[in-house]
Amino acid sequence: MSNSIHVYDARADHATVNAESPLAYSFQSSGMPAPGEEGRAVVGERAFLGHLILRGGAIVLDEALREVLGIGLPGRPNSLTVDADGQRSVQWLSPDEWLLIVPGDETFGLETRLRAHLGGSHVAIVDVSAGQTLIELTGEAAHEVLMKSTVYDVDPHEFTVGKGVTTIFAKTSVILRRPDESRWELIVRRSFADYVYRWLLDAGEEYGIGVARESRHEPQ
Amino acid sequence: MFHIYCPYCEELREEEEFHPKGQAHIARPEEPDACSDEEWGDYLFFRDNPRGIHHEMWLHAVGCRKFFNITRNTVSYEILETYKMGEQPTVGAEHLAREEKTSSVQAAEGGQQTVGASDAALASVKGAQA
Amino acid sequence: MSQTASQSNRLTQGGQADRTQTLTFTFNGRSYTGHPGDTLASALLANGVDLVNRSFKYSRPRGIVAAGAEEPNAVVQLGATEATQVPNVRATQQALYDGLVACSTNGWPDAQRDIMRWVGKLGSPFMPPGFYYKTFMAPASMWMTYEKYIRKTAGLGHSPTQPDPDIYDHMHRHCDLLVVGAGPAGLSAALAAARAGARVILADEQETMGGSLLDTRETLDDQPAAQWLKTTLAALAKHDNVTLLPRTTAHGYHDHHFVTLHERRTEHLGDSAPSQAGHRQSRSRLHRVRAGQVILATGAHERPLVYANNDVPGNLLAGAVSTYIRRYGVVPGQKLVLSTSNDHAYRAALDWQEAGREVAAIVDARTAPEGDLVAQAKAAGIRVITGSAVIEAKGAQRVSAARVAAIDVDAFTVTEKVETLECDTIASSGGYSPVIHLASHTGARPVWSDDIIGFVPTTVAGVTATGGAHGVYPLGEVLADGVEAGVNAATALGFDATVNDADLPRVASRHEGPACALFQVPHEKTTLRAPKQFVDLQNDVTAGAIEVATLEGFESIEHVKRYTAMGFGTDQGKLGNINGMAVAARCLGQSIPETGTTVFRPNYTPVTFGAVVGRHCRELFDPKRYTPMQAWHVAQGAEFEDVGQWKRPWYYPRKRTDGGIESMAEAVARECRAVREGVGILDASTLGKIDIQGPDAREFLGRIYTNKWQKLAPGRVRYGLMCGDDGMVMDDGTTSCLAENHFLMTTTTGNAAPVLEWLELWHQTEWPELEVYFNSVTDHWATMTVTGPEARNLLTELTDIDLDREAFKFMDWREGHVAGVPARMFRISFTGELAFEINVQAHYAMHVWEALFARGEAFDLTPYGTETMHVLRAEKGFIIVGQDTDGSVTPEDLGMYWAIGYDKPFPWVGKRALTRSDTRREGRKHLVGLKPKDASVVLEEGAPIVFDPKHAIPMPMAGHVTSSYYSPTLESGFALAVVKGGHQRMGESVYLPMADGRVHEAEIVGTQFVDPKGERQHV
Repeated sequence: MSNSIHVYDARADHATVNAESPLAYSFQSSGMPAPGEEGRAVVGERAFLGHLILRGGAIVLDEALREVLGIGLPGRPNSLTVDADGQRSVQWLSPDEWLLIVPGDETFGLETRLRAHLGGSHVAIVDVSAGQTLIELTGEAAHEVLMKSTVYDVDPHEFTVGKGVTTIFAKTSVILRRPDESRWELIVRRSFADYVYRWLLDAGEEYGIGVARESRHEPQ
Repeated sequence: MFHIYCPYCEELREEEEFHPKGQAHIARPEEPDACSDEEWGDYLFFRDNPRGIHHEMWLHAVGCRKFFNITRNTVSYEILETYKMGEQPTVGAEHLAREEKTSSVQAAEGGQQTVGASDAALASVKGAQA
Repeated sequence: MSQTASQSNRLTQGGQADRTQTLTFTFNGRSYTGHPGDTLASALLANGVDLVNRSFKYSRPRGIVAAGAEEPNAVVQLGATEATQVPNVRATQQALYDGLVACSTNGWPDAQRDIMRWVGKLGSPFMPPGFYYKTFMAPASMWMTYEKYIRKTAGLGHSPTQPDPDIYDHMHRHCDLLVVGAGPAGLSAALAAARAGARVILADEQETMGGSLLDTRETLDDQPAAQWLKTTLAALAKHDNVTLLPRTTAHGYHDHHFVTLHERRTEHLGDSAPSQAGHRQSRSRLHRVRAGQVILATGAHERPLVYANNDVPGNLLAGAVSTYIRRYGVVPGQKLVLSTSNDHAYRAALDWQEAGREVAAIVDARTAPEGDLVAQAKAAGIRVITGSAVIEAKGAQRVSAARVAAIDVDAFTVTEKVETLECDTIASSGGYSPVIHLASHTGARPVWSDDIIGFVPTTVAGVTATGGAHGVYPLGEVLADGVEAGVNAATALGFDATVNDADLPRVASRHEGPACALFQVPHEKTTLRAPKQFVDLQNDVTAGAIEVATLEGFESIEHVKRYTAMGFGTDQGKLGNINGMAVAARCLGQSIPETGTTVFRPNYTPVTFGAVVGRHCRELFDPKRYTPMQAWHVAQGAEFEDVGQWKRPWYYPRKRTDGGIESMAEAVARECRAVREGVGILDASTLGKIDIQGPDAREFLGRIYTNKWQKLAPGRVRYGLMCGDDGMVMDDGTTSCLAENHFLMTTTTGNAAPVLEWLELWHQTEWPELEVYFNSVTDHWATMTVTGPEARNLLTELTDIDLDREAFKFMDWREGHVAGVPARMFRISFTGELAFEINVQAHYAMHVWEALFARGEAFDLTPYGTETMHVLRAEKGFIIVGQDTDGSVTPEDLGMYWAIGYDKPFPWVGKRALTRSDTRREGRKHLVGLKPKDASVVLEEGAPIVFDPKHAIPMPMAGHVTSSYYSPTLESGFALAVVKGGHQRMGESVYLPMADGRVHEAEIVGTQFVDPKGERQHV
């Protein structure tokens, strides 16, 4: 099994290599307006996280995940599970596809351990960490910003905590999820990140949207 | 703008998330090389265009990326069912005949076009039965 | 100038106008005043402005007729500056604000002195129905000339010629129940459903919610209706599951309860949207609503009666008279004649008299009217003339008298002598038409009801019409009907809801006698000889025109409508359609239901383009996709090319020694030479990349690609060609074997998503038994191509990968590090030169890119863009799918027999089609090279190719040029082309006749212009 798949740690040493997050260019070219005093809408990037796509049967993947990560697959479509400290999450994307998000430096170790547990099962694990990024949206007007952007029903009473969907965002697509009461998360493809960022700033302007200062995209 | 129930996501989603992929249940011939040119041409190019019940394949493109099937009334645009790839429809053309019969009294007052619709539906059912 | 003097028709009290504040506005260049609470129409009437427009076709003077969306005449051009111009605004729907500027849309040069007036005076002999069709059809080439003048005289308003200072946006909403219309029915329905727990949106098009409650004479719980309205709105506002949207028109009902609402957010505040708390806000907003259930509480429009000269200013709808008096405190005249077919309209006369003005008479078509309102009018001393109607209005710029006569409705004749009553206002009412537009957008056909003398909607499941919208008019019944609709909708949605009669306000019951069905009023003269009797005021359609249409053989109402233009334009037949149908029915000797109805289509009232577009404009019009090196490309001054949504560097113009900037040709020549002679680098990150894992990955590749994959070993790369099952090439790219069950496929930039979908299609629908997964990694890996004879020398010092030509062969891939970053390197070439494609995680792309340039200075490392890439690949005969192919080209047409696995065991996608008679036939177009006889000529891409340039026109086409460039290496133009039977015509000449008369000659050659043996990429 080990040599039937090319398992490859392509993450560089962030101490010696200059890494740039998907929004680095946008922060530079579109600016980072400070949030209004009320902070009705605030965006921020959580860069350099580990994003792994898991493909396979739910039962074997659930077992392996519980063993390796301590959390299982979400039981229902369009939902996610988050671990106790909120650092690791698994989200349903399709009946045979899940998105695993973990701290960036855990990515390769996690893939290796999962593969070891999965043995000869027919699964695919794909590292897409550099291909997408996570944008956080907070504030009381966050869902209104989203109403201007996505066709999905984001009424906080309907889009409850623990829900996550892939849907339309303006003229592109995002993975949209709500890990807790106060936060929305948008997972966007790298090449579309600038468009999504500019759209969010525009849609949020009437609510005094700004960018969280910690979004400095330094390596973690 | 359709509202489509994705059988994999198990909820209604907006049409913008989907791509229509044409008529459903077009199986690729098992042995292409044994097909005549005409048979292969039929498989490649010829599709039904019924007035009434139609089985269509759709893709939840911005969503779970799964293909699935829809039974749709091409007159009213009503979606009568959606079902997973590999499953068979439970609603066919005879369903429409029942619906039209019960509403034909009302439809007759509505004018020529509506009456025409029900005639066509009945005719297509007759064709299916023959 | 005192305000009361200028607002001569303004009452001292009554209505919602706030008389303590004065607003100034301008209409047709004159300054007037009004008050907050006014519409532009009510303010114009208050100032005694009779003439608001010239009519569309006959250029007749027109005044305000209605008080709402159905207004056909007072359609104005709004805006104080060129940038804020808005055409087609109904004065009856436009709230007055200070500084408002409006003018008439029709009338050239202006509404008062219209040079088209003679046409209206001379009238119909010159402009019969079908006038435009008949007069301007021949010669057809002249239509463009005619049209310019027709449009100018018709005056459809004008769009601004300067950029709009405002923004518009969209909001996506979801609800259990959408209620359209906040009159008594809609309010009751919304409240009932909200109390049951449903998520409700209540939208109303007017400035103030309330609908008919805003001007009713009736009381609720013995209080003025305004009191109940206030309480109910407050109760609704308290529910956090209710969204109230005033100034919001539901203008289109689409599939599956998807309704678009147009909210005018700031159009009552000024010409341009004011900023709010320092933040920009949108002028109007399009709400895209997906509802579980929809209640249509859109009320009814009153029908005017069709009598002679019924378009002279001073002819109004009876209900509009009441609205102006009761809601705005404006009496639109001095002396009234009311012509009616029903009881309800009597309130106009009562309101008029109570406002202190004179009522000359109520003329009632019925012989024995008997309702409570009739009794009230008689008790008030108003003269009631029964069995009669106003048959003709007198007056030119304003009504001066009404000609009244006894009529026989059934026989359609005037039965007695005519009496002329002096007056300046004629109010008419021919009954009420439910507003069925939205219901009709669903595709459901309305049905005729003799009970209400109008069409009532049929609806699709989940849509309910309530109140006036389905012909329920008495207030008490409307309220109960609304509650029932709300409860039923909530129940259908799964909420626990019941009707509680105690919640309903008490409404004193009022007896109304039956109305009579009167549409067109007979005249002493026949319809064709009588003065014009207008059916559709906006489109100038008369009863006579409809009669002519039927005489000319148009029997279908759809044809009559198109022939006469009835119900066209922004009007959508709100006032005229039923009357028009009644006229057609009379002429054809049919009933109205036999004649049919026309359906309405979106939009109910006009929606600005701004609202339709929302924020999808300018910089946000379309996503711009960037590679991780975008900042570098921008800093280098690259010119960009759109490839799908990607922005790719096209070429990198440098400063010339003379200080100027290189042209594209100069830059491309320099970049080409760098790659052929030194080393260049391309940002190829946009290429689609698909990670393929699974034990059946190899089998799958063999089925989806035309060529063979069984023996590709880990560490090796292969070019693959992909066809549809019709045998036509749809994509190509290289696929690398990363491990036995693991492949990395690349696709063309534009086809990344379609190819992934294609793989999923086959896997999910045909071969689900194959164990394989596909995932896009396009954005994860940045790709940079280092190519040219010096590529190895440059890279050696930056990588730990052994670049030795034997250790790392052409079409191998290796892993290692580049500039300290883990990287995969692929020895593949799209230039024909020695080339290494480096893949690193996109986070580190800029780090590696800059390291390459730091080291590359010694080698004059040259960045090149897509144009140079195209020249270099074309010199090698490498195709671009979608440029050199167009969906009708097989691998054999391309001469790529080497990429076709004829003997593969599985009947791979596209194989069978290659033996169809059409793909086997002689004379298919083949991809070939073209060498222009004149080396300085660069053939035009797309230029048609012929074998015989002397052939008479039309010449038989032999093919066309697909790619053409100037080659700095060959110092000549060269091209790729598809030519009929081209593979058998090597060395022959073909000809390219150009539009300017020149004919280029070119020789058919092979597709590989540079290094035809392909040695350079192996070095």
